[in-house]
Amino acid sequence: MAGSAAINGTPIFSQLDLVLTPHSWTCLLGASGVGKSTVLRLFAGLAEGVTFDGTLSDPGRVAMMAQQDLLMPWLSVLDNVMLGARLRGERLDRVLARDRLAQVGLADHADKLPLALSGGQRQRVALARTLMEDRAVVLLDEPFSALDALTRAQMQDLTTKLLTGRTVLLVTHDPSEAARLGQKILIMTPTGTVEIAAPRTPIPRDINAPDVLRTQKDLFDRLRRPT
Amino acid sequence: MSGWRAGIAATCLILLLWQTVIWTTGVARFILPPPVLVGQTIWESRALLAEHALITIAEVLIGLVLGAALGFVSAVGLVASPTARALVRPILLFSQAVPVFALAPILTLWLGFGLWSKITMALIIIYFPVTSSFFDALMRTNRDWIGLAKVMGASPARIMWHIRVPAALPGFASGLRLAAVYAPIGAIIGEWVGASKGLGYLMLLANGRAKTDLMFAALIVLAVLTILLHAAVNKLCEKTLDRPEGS
Repeated sequence: MAGSAAINGTPIFSQLDLVLTPHSWTCLLGASGVGKSTVLRLFAGLAEGVTFDGTLSDPGRVAMMAQQDLLMPWLSVLDNVMLGARLRGERLDRVLARDRLAQVGLADHADKLPLALSGGQRQRVALARTLMEDRAVVLLDEPFSALDALTRAQMQDLTTKLLTGRTVLLVTHDPSEAARLGQKILIMTPTGTVEIAAPRTPIPRDINAPDVLRTQKDLFDRLRRPT
Repeated sequence: MSGWRAGIAATCLILLLWQTVIWTTGVARFILPPPVLVGQTIWESRALLAEHALITIAEVLIGLVLGAALGFVSAVGLVASPTARALVRPILLFSQAVPVFALAPILTLWLGFGLWSKITMALIIIYFPVTSSFFDALMRTNRDWIGLAKVMGASPARIMWHIRVPAALPGFASGLRLAAVYAPIGAIIGEWVGASKGLGYLMLLANGRAKTDLMFAALIVLAVLTILLHAAVNKLCEKTLDRPEGS
Protein backbone atom coordinates (compact mmCIF):
# COMPACT_ATOMS: atom_id res chain seq x y z
CA MET A 1 0.00 0.00 0.00
CA ALA A 2 1.32 3.43 -0.89
CA GLY A 3 -0.45 6.79 -0.94
CA SER A 4 -2.55 9.09 1.17
CA ALA A 5 -6.06 9.04 2.56
CA ALA A 6 -8.67 11.56 3.54
CA ILE A 7 -12.19 11.66 4.93
CA ASN A 8 -14.35 14.40 3.40
CA GLY A 9 -11.23 16.26 2.30
CA THR A 10 -9.59 16.17 5.75
CA PRO A 11 -6.29 14.34 5.32
CA ILE A 12 -5.78 11.36 7.62
CA PHE A 13 -2.34 10.34 6.49
CA SER A 14 -0.08 11.07 3.57
CA GLN A 15 2.89 9.45 1.90
CA LEU A 16 2.29 6.14 3.49
CA ASP A 17 4.51 3.42 2.15
CA LEU A 18 3.64 0.04 3.57
CA VAL A 19 4.63 -3.32 2.17
CA LEU A 20 3.81 -6.44 4.13
CA THR A 21 6.49 -9.10 4.11
CA PRO A 22 4.86 -12.45 3.39
CA HIS A 23 4.84 -14.97 6.25
CA SER A 24 6.13 -12.50 8.79
CA TRP A 25 4.95 -9.89 11.28
CA THR A 26 4.88 -6.25 10.25
CA CYS A 27 4.24 -3.78 13.06
CA LEU A 28 2.72 -0.41 12.34
CA LEU A 29 3.41 1.87 15.25
CA GLY A 30 2.17 5.38 15.81
CA ALA A 31 0.57 7.84 18.17
CA SER A 32 -3.23 7.90 18.46
CA GLY A 33 -4.98 9.78 15.70
CA VAL A 34 -2.25 9.28 13.15
CA GLY A 35 -4.42 7.01 11.00
CA LYS A 36 -3.12 3.54 11.90
CA SER A 37 -6.56 2.06 12.13
CA THR A 38 -7.56 3.59 8.82
CA VAL A 39 -4.66 1.77 7.15
CA LEU A 40 -5.93 -1.47 8.61
CA ARG A 41 -9.51 -0.73 7.56
CA LEU A 42 -8.31 -0.01 4.03
CA PHE A 43 -6.67 -3.44 3.95
CA ALA A 44 -9.83 -5.03 5.31
CA GLY A 45 -12.05 -3.24 2.81
CA LEU A 46 -13.94 -1.50 5.61
CA ALA A 47 -12.86 2.09 5.06
CA GLU A 48 -16.25 3.60 4.28
CA GLY A 49 -16.12 7.27 3.47
CA VAL A 50 -12.33 7.29 3.16
CA THR A 51 -10.84 8.56 -0.08
CA PHE A 52 -7.60 6.74 -0.72
CA ASP A 53 -5.25 8.16 -3.28
CA GLY A 54 -2.50 5.74 -4.22
CA THR A 55 -1.95 2.07 -4.88
CA LEU A 56 -3.34 -0.69 -2.74
CA SER A 57 -2.84 -4.27 -3.74
CA ASP A 58 -5.78 -6.36 -2.67
CA PRO A 59 -4.66 -8.73 0.07
CA GLY A 60 -7.56 -11.07 -0.72
CA ARG A 61 -9.75 -12.42 2.03
CA VAL A 62 -8.23 -11.49 5.40
CA ALA A 63 -8.91 -12.33 9.02
CA MET A 64 -9.16 -9.57 11.59
CA MET A 65 -8.81 -9.31 15.33
CA ALA A 66 -9.44 -6.06 17.19
CA GLN A 67 -8.99 -4.53 20.60
CA GLN A 68 -12.54 -5.49 21.54
CA ASP A 69 -13.10 -9.22 21.34
CA LEU A 70 -16.35 -8.60 19.38
CA LEU A 71 -17.86 -11.85 20.61
CA MET A 72 -21.61 -12.12 20.07
CA PRO A 73 -23.08 -12.24 23.59
CA TRP A 74 -26.01 -14.47 22.52
CA LEU A 75 -23.82 -17.18 20.97
CA SER A 76 -21.93 -19.83 22.90
CA VAL A 77 -18.15 -19.74 22.81
CA LEU A 78 -18.15 -22.57 20.26
CA ASP A 79 -20.70 -20.82 18.03
CA ASN A 80 -18.64 -17.64 18.25
CA VAL A 81 -15.62 -19.53 16.96
CA MET A 82 -17.73 -20.77 14.03
CA LEU A 83 -19.25 -17.34 13.34
CA GLY A 84 -17.53 -16.90 9.96
CA ALA A 85 -18.93 -20.14 8.53
CA ARG A 86 -22.38 -19.30 9.87
CA LEU A 87 -22.25 -15.86 8.26
CA ARG A 88 -21.18 -17.28 4.91
CA GLY A 89 -23.77 -20.04 5.07
CA GLU A 90 -21.12 -22.73 5.07
CA ARG A 91 -21.21 -26.07 6.84
CA LEU A 92 -20.25 -25.71 10.52
CA ASP A 93 -17.15 -27.71 11.39
CA ARG A 94 -17.60 -28.33 15.11
CA VAL A 95 -14.65 -30.70 15.36
CA LEU A 96 -12.24 -28.14 13.95
CA ALA A 97 -13.75 -25.40 16.09
CA ARG A 98 -13.24 -27.50 19.23
CA ASP A 99 -9.63 -28.09 18.11
CA ARG A 100 -9.11 -24.35 17.75
CA LEU A 101 -10.55 -23.78 21.23
CA ALA A 102 -8.21 -26.44 22.58
CA GLN A 103 -5.29 -24.62 20.93
CA VAL A 104 -6.08 -21.49 22.92
CA GLY A 105 -6.64 -23.59 26.06
CA LEU A 106 -10.39 -23.14 26.32
CA ALA A 107 -11.63 -26.62 25.37
CA ASP A 108 -13.69 -26.83 28.56
CA HIS A 109 -15.49 -23.55 27.93
CA ALA A 110 -17.04 -24.36 24.54
CA ASP A 111 -20.66 -24.29 25.72
CA LYS A 112 -20.45 -21.23 27.95
CA LEU A 113 -21.64 -17.78 26.97
CA PRO A 114 -18.91 -15.13 26.51
CA LEU A 115 -20.26 -13.28 29.55
CA ALA A 116 -19.01 -16.13 31.77
CA LEU A 117 -15.39 -15.63 30.64
CA SER A 118 -12.69 -13.21 31.77
CA GLY A 119 -11.32 -10.51 29.45
CA GLY A 120 -8.23 -12.57 28.65
CA GLN A 121 -10.30 -15.69 27.95
CA ARG A 122 -12.62 -13.73 25.68
CA GLN A 123 -9.67 -12.45 23.70
CA ARG A 124 -8.45 -16.05 23.37
CA VAL A 125 -11.85 -16.98 21.95
CA ALA A 126 -11.41 -14.14 19.45
CA LEU A 127 -8.03 -15.62 18.56
CA ALA A 128 -9.60 -19.05 18.06
CA ARG A 129 -12.22 -17.43 15.80
CA THR A 130 -9.43 -15.73 13.83
CA LEU A 131 -7.60 -19.06 13.45
CA MET A 132 -10.84 -20.70 12.35
CA GLU A 133 -11.00 -18.24 9.45
CA ASP A 134 -7.65 -19.65 8.31
CA ARG A 135 -6.54 -16.73 6.09
CA ALA A 136 -3.04 -16.07 4.76
CA VAL A 137 -3.22 -12.43 5.84
CA VAL A 138 -4.20 -11.54 9.41
CA LEU A 139 -4.86 -7.98 10.54
CA LEU A 140 -4.45 -7.25 14.24
CA ASP A 141 -5.80 -3.92 15.51
CA GLU A 142 -4.24 -3.42 18.95
CA PRO A 143 -5.61 -6.79 20.04
CA PHE A 144 -3.72 -6.86 23.34
CA SER A 145 -4.06 -3.28 24.52
CA ALA A 146 -7.11 -3.84 26.74
CA LEU A 147 -5.44 -6.68 28.68
CA ASP A 148 -3.47 -6.51 31.90
CA ALA A 149 0.31 -6.82 31.57
CA LEU A 150 0.61 -10.51 32.41
CA THR A 151 -2.34 -11.61 30.25
CA ARG A 152 -1.02 -9.41 27.46
CA ALA A 153 2.37 -11.14 27.49
CA GLN A 154 0.69 -14.55 27.47
CA MET A 155 -1.62 -13.56 24.62
CA GLN A 156 1.33 -12.19 22.62
CA ASP A 157 3.18 -15.51 23.02
CA LEU A 158 0.14 -17.59 22.13
CA THR A 159 -0.81 -15.46 19.14
CA THR A 160 2.73 -15.49 17.74
CA LYS A 161 2.88 -19.26 18.13
CA LEU A 162 -0.47 -19.89 16.47
CA LEU A 163 -0.07 -17.39 13.63
CA THR A 164 3.35 -18.67 12.56
CA GLY A 165 3.73 -18.69 8.79
CA ARG A 166 1.00 -16.14 8.16
CA THR A 167 1.40 -12.58 6.92
CA VAL A 168 0.50 -10.43 9.91
CA LEU A 169 -0.07 -6.69 10.14
CA LEU A 170 -0.09 -5.60 13.77
CA VAL A 171 -1.24 -2.08 14.47
CA THR A 172 -0.15 -0.90 17.91
CA HIS A 173 0.75 2.18 19.95
CA ASP A 174 2.98 0.18 22.30
CA PRO A 175 6.73 0.36 21.45
CA SER A 176 7.57 -2.61 23.64
CA GLU A 177 4.97 -4.73 21.85
CA ALA A 178 6.43 -3.72 18.49
CA ALA A 179 9.94 -4.53 19.72
CA ARG A 180 8.80 -7.97 20.96
CA LEU A 181 6.77 -8.98 17.93
CA GLY A 182 7.82 -6.96 14.89
CA GLN A 183 9.93 -8.54 12.19
CA LYS A 184 9.55 -5.31 10.34
CA ILE A 185 8.67 -2.15 12.25
CA LEU A 186 7.23 1.00 10.71
CA ILE A 187 6.47 4.20 12.55
CA MET A 188 3.63 6.19 11.13
CA THR A 189 3.89 9.97 11.41
CA PRO A 190 1.77 12.72 9.88
CA THR A 191 4.47 13.28 7.27
CA GLY A 192 5.15 9.72 6.26
CA THR A 193 6.35 6.32 7.40
CA VAL A 194 9.77 5.60 8.87
CA GLU A 195 11.18 2.11 9.13
CA ILE A 196 13.10 1.26 12.30
CA ALA A 197 15.42 -1.73 12.24
CA ALA A 198 13.84 -4.65 14.08
CA PRO A 199 15.84 -7.18 16.05
CA ARG A 200 16.75 -10.22 13.95
CA THR A 201 15.94 -12.78 16.63
CA PRO A 202 12.84 -14.98 16.26
CA ILE A 203 9.54 -13.80 17.77
CA PRO A 204 8.11 -13.63 20.38
CA ARG A 205 11.24 -12.14 21.87
CA ASP A 206 12.08 -11.93 25.54
CA ILE A 207 10.94 -8.55 26.82
CA ASN A 208 14.31 -8.07 28.55
CA ALA A 209 16.60 -9.15 25.70
CA PRO A 210 19.18 -6.40 25.01
CA ASP A 211 18.22 -6.00 21.35
CA VAL A 212 14.51 -5.71 22.28
CA LEU A 213 15.28 -3.03 24.85
CA ARG A 214 17.46 -1.21 22.35
CA THR A 215 14.76 -1.28 19.67
CA GLN A 216 12.20 -0.17 22.21
CA LYS A 217 14.37 2.84 23.06
CA ASP A 218 14.83 3.67 19.35
CA LEU A 219 11.07 3.54 18.88
CA PHE A 220 10.40 5.73 21.89
CA ASP A 221 12.96 8.28 20.71
CA ARG A 222 11.49 8.39 17.23
CA LEU A 223 7.91 8.64 18.52
CA ARG A 224 8.82 11.52 20.86
CA ARG A 225 10.60 13.51 18.20
CA PRO A 226 8.45 16.39 17.05
CA THR A 227 7.61 16.20 13.36
CA MET B 1 -41.49 -10.81 45.93
CA SER B 2 -41.48 -7.27 47.32
CA GLY B 3 -43.16 -6.25 44.03
CA TRP B 4 -46.12 -8.47 44.89
CA ARG B 5 -46.33 -7.13 48.42
CA ALA B 6 -46.23 -3.54 47.17
CA GLY B 7 -48.98 -4.41 44.67
CA ILE B 8 -51.22 -5.88 47.38
CA ALA B 9 -50.57 -2.93 49.67
CA ALA B 10 -51.42 -0.47 46.87
CA THR B 11 -54.64 -2.37 46.10
CA CYS B 12 -55.69 -2.26 49.76
CA LEU B 13 -54.96 1.46 49.88
CA ILE B 14 -57.12 2.10 46.82
CA LEU B 15 -59.99 0.01 48.25
CA LEU B 16 -59.73 1.91 51.53
CA LEU B 17 -59.82 5.29 49.77
CA TRP B 18 -62.76 4.14 47.69
CA GLN B 19 -64.71 3.07 50.76
CA THR B 20 -63.79 6.25 52.63
CA VAL B 21 -65.19 8.40 49.81
CA ILE B 22 -68.48 6.51 50.03
CA TRP B 23 -68.63 6.80 53.84
CA THR B 24 -67.84 10.50 53.93
CA THR B 25 -69.94 11.69 50.98
CA GLY B 26 -72.79 9.20 51.18
CA VAL B 27 -72.84 9.03 47.40
CA ALA B 28 -75.58 6.88 45.83
CA ARG B 29 -74.57 3.33 44.95
CA PHE B 30 -75.63 3.74 41.31
CA ILE B 31 -73.03 6.53 41.03
CA LEU B 32 -70.24 4.86 42.99
CA PRO B 33 -70.89 1.33 44.19
CA PRO B 34 -68.99 0.22 47.32
CA PRO B 35 -66.07 -2.20 46.76
CA VAL B 36 -67.87 -5.03 48.53
CA LEU B 37 -70.81 -4.76 46.14
CA VAL B 38 -68.47 -4.78 43.15
CA GLY B 39 -66.74 -7.85 44.56
CA GLN B 40 -70.11 -9.51 44.99
CA THR B 41 -71.09 -8.63 41.40
CA ILE B 42 -67.85 -10.05 40.05
CA TRP B 43 -68.65 -13.32 41.81
CA GLU B 44 -72.33 -13.44 40.88
CA SER B 45 -71.82 -12.41 37.27
CA ARG B 46 -68.69 -14.52 36.78
CA ALA B 47 -70.18 -16.48 33.87
CA LEU B 48 -71.21 -13.30 32.04
CA LEU B 49 -67.88 -11.60 32.74
CA ALA B 50 -65.92 -14.67 31.64
CA GLU B 51 -67.87 -14.93 28.40
CA HIS B 52 -67.14 -11.33 27.46
CA ALA B 53 -63.60 -11.41 28.82
CA LEU B 54 -62.78 -14.37 26.55
CA ILE B 55 -63.77 -12.33 23.50
CA THR B 56 -61.62 -9.39 24.61
CA ILE B 57 -58.70 -11.70 25.42
CA ALA B 58 -58.94 -13.23 21.95
CA GLU B 59 -58.95 -9.79 20.31
CA VAL B 60 -56.01 -8.62 22.40
CA LEU B 61 -53.88 -11.73 21.86
CA ILE B 62 -54.47 -11.92 18.11
CA GLY B 63 -53.84 -8.18 17.80
CA LEU B 64 -50.68 -8.51 19.87
CA VAL B 65 -49.27 -11.39 17.80
CA LEU B 66 -50.14 -9.75 14.47
CA GLY B 67 -48.93 -6.31 15.55
CA ALA B 68 -45.67 -7.73 16.90
CA ALA B 69 -45.09 -9.73 13.69
CA LEU B 70 -45.90 -6.75 11.48
CA GLY B 71 -43.72 -4.46 13.61
CA PHE B 72 -40.84 -6.95 13.42
CA VAL B 73 -41.03 -7.22 9.64
CA SER B 74 -41.45 -3.45 9.16
CA ALA B 75 -38.47 -2.57 11.35
CA VAL B 76 -36.22 -5.04 9.50
CA GLY B 77 -37.46 -3.70 6.16
CA LEU B 78 -36.89 -0.09 7.19
CA VAL B 79 -33.36 -0.84 8.36
CA ALA B 80 -32.53 -2.86 5.25
CA SER B 81 -33.69 -0.25 2.77
CA PRO B 82 -32.81 3.45 3.03
CA THR B 83 -35.43 4.18 0.36
CA ALA B 84 -38.15 2.55 2.44
CA ARG B 85 -36.88 4.51 5.43
CA ALA B 86 -37.16 7.83 3.59
CA LEU B 87 -40.63 6.99 2.30
CA VAL B 88 -42.22 5.26 5.26
CA ARG B 89 -40.96 7.24 8.25
CA PRO B 90 -43.03 10.35 7.50
CA ILE B 91 -46.07 8.11 6.98
CA LEU B 92 -45.41 6.42 10.32
CA LEU B 93 -45.15 9.77 12.05
CA PHE B 94 -48.33 10.99 10.35
CA SER B 95 -50.13 7.85 11.49
CA GLN B 96 -49.18 8.76 15.05
CA ALA B 97 -50.50 12.29 14.61
CA VAL B 98 -53.98 10.92 13.81
CA PRO B 99 -55.76 10.01 17.05
CA VAL B 100 -56.43 6.28 16.87
CA PHE B 101 -59.75 6.81 18.62
CA ALA B 102 -60.93 8.68 15.55
CA LEU B 103 -60.23 5.65 13.39
CA ALA B 104 -62.43 3.29 15.37
CA PRO B 105 -65.76 4.19 13.69
CA ILE B 106 -64.20 3.86 10.23
CA LEU B 107 -62.72 0.48 11.11
CA THR B 108 -66.10 -0.70 12.34
CA LEU B 109 -67.64 0.51 9.08
CA TRP B 110 -65.02 -1.29 7.01
CA LEU B 111 -64.52 -4.47 9.01
CA GLY B 112 -67.89 -4.91 10.68
CA PHE B 113 -68.98 -5.51 14.25
CA GLY B 114 -67.01 -8.73 14.65
CA LEU B 115 -63.57 -9.50 16.02
CA TRP B 116 -61.57 -8.04 13.15
CA SER B 117 -62.33 -4.36 13.70
CA LYS B 118 -61.11 -4.73 17.33
CA ILE B 119 -58.07 -6.80 16.39
CA THR B 120 -57.14 -4.16 13.82
CA MET B 121 -57.59 -1.43 16.40
CA ALA B 122 -55.28 -3.23 18.86
CA LEU B 123 -52.82 -3.88 16.04
CA ILE B 124 -52.72 -0.21 14.98
CA ILE B 125 -52.20 0.97 18.53
CA ILE B 126 -49.24 -1.35 19.20
CA TYR B 127 -47.66 -1.26 15.75
CA PHE B 128 -45.80 2.01 16.33
CA PRO B 129 -44.17 1.24 19.70
CA VAL B 130 -43.06 -2.21 18.50
CA THR B 131 -41.71 -0.97 15.17
CA SER B 132 -39.99 2.06 16.57
CA SER B 133 -38.26 0.39 19.50
CA PHE B 134 -37.07 -2.55 17.36
CA PHE B 135 -36.01 -0.17 14.58
CA ASP B 136 -33.97 1.97 16.99
CA ALA B 137 -32.28 -1.12 18.40
CA LEU B 138 -31.49 -2.41 14.90
CA MET B 139 -29.95 0.93 13.93
CA ARG B 140 -27.74 0.88 17.02
CA THR B 141 -25.94 -2.35 16.09
CA ASN B 142 -22.28 -2.22 17.08
CA ARG B 143 -20.48 -1.02 13.92
CA ASP B 144 -17.48 -3.19 14.75
CA TRP B 145 -19.63 -6.33 14.75
CA ILE B 146 -20.86 -5.42 11.28
CA GLY B 147 -17.27 -4.70 10.19
CA LEU B 148 -16.13 -8.08 11.48
CA ALA B 149 -19.00 -9.79 9.64
CA LYS B 150 -18.09 -7.99 6.40
CA VAL B 151 -14.46 -9.06 6.70
CA MET B 152 -15.74 -12.61 7.18
CA GLY B 153 -17.51 -12.31 3.85
CA ALA B 154 -21.13 -12.08 5.03
CA SER B 155 -23.86 -10.75 2.74
CA PRO B 156 -26.07 -7.88 4.02
CA ALA B 157 -28.98 -10.30 4.43
CA ARG B 158 -26.91 -12.64 6.59
CA ILE B 159 -25.52 -9.73 8.62
CA MET B 160 -29.12 -8.72 9.24
CA TRP B 161 -30.27 -12.18 10.29
CA HIS B 162 -27.24 -13.37 12.25
CA ILE B 163 -25.93 -10.11 13.76
CA ARG B 164 -28.36 -7.20 13.70
CA VAL B 165 -31.61 -9.00 14.52
CA PRO B 166 -30.27 -11.04 17.46
CA ALA B 167 -28.40 -7.99 18.75
CA ALA B 168 -31.63 -5.95 18.66
CA LEU B 169 -33.96 -8.50 20.28
CA PRO B 170 -33.84 -6.77 23.70
CA GLY B 171 -35.15 -3.65 21.93
CA PHE B 172 -37.94 -5.72 20.38
CA ALA B 173 -38.72 -6.98 23.89
CA SER B 174 -39.18 -3.45 25.25
CA GLY B 175 -41.58 -2.76 22.37
CA LEU B 176 -43.54 -5.90 23.25
CA ARG B 177 -43.80 -4.88 26.90
CA LEU B 178 -45.37 -1.57 25.87
CA ALA B 179 -47.61 -3.40 23.42
CA ALA B 180 -48.94 -5.70 26.14
CA VAL B 181 -50.28 -2.65 27.97
CA TYR B 182 -51.56 -0.82 24.88
CA ALA B 183 -53.25 -3.71 23.08
CA PRO B 184 -56.21 -3.98 25.53
CA ILE B 185 -56.82 -0.23 25.12
CA GLY B 186 -57.15 -0.74 21.37
CA ALA B 187 -59.55 -3.64 21.75
CA ILE B 188 -61.73 -1.74 24.25
CA ILE B 189 -61.95 1.33 22.03
CA GLY B 190 -63.02 -0.92 19.20
CA GLU B 191 -65.70 -2.50 21.38
CA TRP B 192 -67.01 0.86 22.55
CA VAL B 193 -67.59 2.03 19.02
CA GLY B 194 -69.50 -1.00 17.88
CA ALA B 195 -69.70 -4.51 19.24
CA SER B 196 -72.08 -7.07 20.57
CA LYS B 197 -69.52 -8.87 22.75
CA GLY B 198 -66.48 -8.11 24.87
CA LEU B 199 -65.69 -6.32 28.12
CA GLY B 200 -65.86 -2.89 26.47
CA TYR B 201 -69.35 -3.66 25.18
CA LEU B 202 -70.37 -4.94 28.62
CA MET B 203 -69.14 -1.73 30.25
CA LEU B 204 -71.22 0.47 27.94
CA LEU B 205 -74.23 -1.78 28.37
CA ALA B 206 -73.97 -1.75 32.17
CA ASN B 207 -73.39 1.99 32.24
CA GLY B 208 -76.42 2.63 30.05
CA ARG B 209 -78.61 0.62 32.40
CA ALA B 210 -77.19 2.29 35.51
CA LYS B 211 -75.69 -1.05 36.61
CA THR B 212 -72.59 0.72 37.81
CA ASP B 213 -71.50 -2.24 39.91
CA LEU B 214 -71.32 -4.40 36.77
CA MET B 215 -69.42 -1.65 34.96
CA PHE B 216 -66.87 -1.51 37.75
CA ALA B 217 -66.70 -5.30 37.78
CA ALA B 218 -65.89 -5.37 34.05
CA LEU B 219 -63.33 -2.60 34.52
CA ILE B 220 -61.58 -4.51 37.30
CA VAL B 221 -61.54 -7.73 35.29
CA LEU B 222 -60.01 -5.81 32.39
CA ALA B 223 -57.35 -4.23 34.61
CA VAL B 224 -56.42 -7.58 36.13
CA LEU B 225 -56.20 -9.17 32.67
CA THR B 226 -53.96 -6.37 31.43
CA ILE B 227 -51.65 -6.73 34.42
CA LEU B 228 -51.49 -10.50 33.92
CA LEU B 229 -50.80 -10.07 30.20
CA HIS B 230 -48.02 -7.61 30.92
CA ALA B 231 -46.51 -9.97 33.51
CA ALA B 232 -46.69 -12.91 31.08
CA VAL B 233 -45.10 -10.94 28.23
CA ASN B 234 -42.46 -9.65 30.63
CA LYS B 235 -41.63 -13.20 31.75
CA LEU B 236 -41.52 -14.43 28.16
CA CYS B 237 -39.18 -11.59 27.16
CA GLU B 238 -36.90 -12.25 30.11
CA LYS B 239 -36.65 -15.92 29.16
CA THR B 240 -36.18 -15.56 25.42
CA LEU B 241 -35.22 -12.08 24.25
CA ASP B 242 -33.41 -10.23 27.02
CA ARG B 243 -29.74 -10.56 27.70
CA PRO B 244 -28.03 -10.33 31.05
CA GLU B 245 -26.50 -7.00 31.99
CA GLY B 246 -23.04 -6.30 30.69
CA SER B 247 -23.24 -8.50 27.61
